[in-house]
Amino acid sequence: MLEVLEAGGLATVQDGGRTGWRRFGVPSSGPMDLFAFQAANMLAGNPPNTAAVEFGGGDFVLRPAYDCVIAVAGAGYNLSVSVWDFSPWSSCLVRGGSTINLRHSGFGMWSYLALAGGVEVQPVLGSRSTYLRGHFGGLDGRLLQSGDVLRSGRPKTSFMEIAARSLAEEARPVYAESPTVDVIAGPQIEYFGPDIMDTFLANPYRVSFLSDRMGYRLEGPRLNTPGSAELTSEGLAVGAIQVPADGQPIVMMADCATAGGYPKIATVISADLPLLAQCSPGRDEVHFRQTTVEAAQEKYRQKVHKLKMGIVSAEDDFNFMVTGG
Amino acid sequence: MKPRLIAIGDSALLIQLGDEIDPALNQRVHELDALFRADPMEGVIETVPAYASLLFHYDPLVLTYEQASDLANIEIARVKSGATRIPRRIEVPVRYGGEFGPDLQFVASHHHISVQEVVSLHTACEYTVYMMGFTPGFPYMGKLDDRLATPRLATPRIHVVAGSVGIAGAQTGIYPIDSPGGWRLIGRTSLPLFDPAADPPFLFSPGDKVQFVSEALDA
Repeated sequence: MLEVLEAGGLATVQDGGRTGWRRFGVPSSGPMDLFAFQAANMLAGNPPNTAAVEFGGGDFVLRPAYDCVIAVAGAGYNLSVSVWDFSPWSSCLVRGGSTINLRHSGFGMWSYLALAGGVEVQPVLGSRSTYLRGHFGGLDGRLLQSGDVLRSGRPKTSFMEIAARSLAEEARPVYAESPTVDVIAGPQIEYFGPDIMDTFLANPYRVSFLSDRMGYRLEGPRLNTPGSAELTSEGLAVGAIQVPADGQPIVMMADCATAGGYPKIATVISADLPLLAQCSPGRDEVHFRQTTVEAAQEKYRQKVHKLKMGIVSAEDDFNFMVTGG
Repeated sequence: MKPRLIAIGDSALLIQLGDEIDPALNQRVHELDALFRADPMEGVIETVPAYASLLFHYDPLVLTYEQASDLANIEIARVKSGATRIPRRIEVPVRYGGEFGPDLQFVASHHHISVQEVVSLHTACEYTVYMMGFTPGFPYMGKLDDRLATPRLATPRIHVVAGSVGIAGAQTGIYPIDSPGGWRLIGRTSLPLFDPAADPPFLFSPGDKVQFVSEALDA
């Protein structure tokens, strides 16, 4: 059980996402950085898509009522448990009554805190993910507030086994302030033409302040579309890059609409979407690079495999890692 | 137009059957959707029908791009063989005009007809739920009689009450939850369109047939 003592920003409960309801207009939601989210769960001994807390801006202080095992992964936060610094991509036994501090740092956006046993909230439409705009899922469909209590499910593994795990260096994502992000061209490539595609691939695009869990707006050379700028609405996938009439692309993120009518120049591949998600609005720039579906799927499978293989237990360091007691 | 398969990133395929708003074309989309849903294969996450296309989300850890494309082509071929589905029919009682339909008078004046005529035209035929989206449970329905087709508001309302029935171009729709909105509001229904705790949570599904019934007219 985790009590929220201070909640100074954007934090929600997310699981692997909501599927089967997009046909009714319900977005998938789920984590902005799937790999960090799954890593946190695996470090905490949970199945990879178990509900965890996503932090995406602002500072937080949490206090467990009883001893528990937590794991943190992602970017954008400096962590400490009581007075000890705690590095992400690892798990740790936290004593009841100690405090977990998450301070937003200047680099990256999203971090995940997984609790051994998972965060126990009522599933809505089959998922524990929060959909803020729909006001459902997670904790009453809203952000974490001070005074909230996060209950955990029953851990499947003994604390001894999971309390000092870490993710091998080579399995961690390589975040950057100006990442190169692979995309697959289309579907409305004919709306743009080869010159516009060249512009899109040759120039950096800065992540705008007008970015959130629904979409990342980008600023850069205009991607003008000749003629009509709207088409008959069709289904939208996370990662799709829509270009409205102003020529400034918007990348669809976890809470994006399920359908839309703007032409799409390309789609960010699953393996690289977390690199974009972790960019800081107003500062970081992205370079896009074209790839093939086959290569993108191979990259995704490699990342999932590396994550699975990368969890290492550090039994010897166990006593050193126990903090707060 | 010959059906087109387009990769949307590495985990979705867009199956385009056409590119316009056309009831017969949309019907084929729903038939294709029903085929996907009839025997769900491992790796098929979900399908999302739209006006003229079906978006097929799949798990790239289970299905390769080639396997997903093959599956889509098999289902497309089955639509051509003339599979049919029987749509559900749903009756929707509406209070037209007054505080429930603040734009009813505008729609009537726009077409130089009376508000009574707007109501009888709106309730005269059955509509198809072409697709759903905008907010959870919002049905895009058509096709409206030409004498009702009205452009959206220039400036959308900040707050539209759940149950409001609106018109946008040749489409009609119902707001499932309180939200902003730019459609011309002609009435309101008391039927709940979305309740996450209910089973089923949504009143409508894509492909349903909808008949509006006038409960009252507050002119």
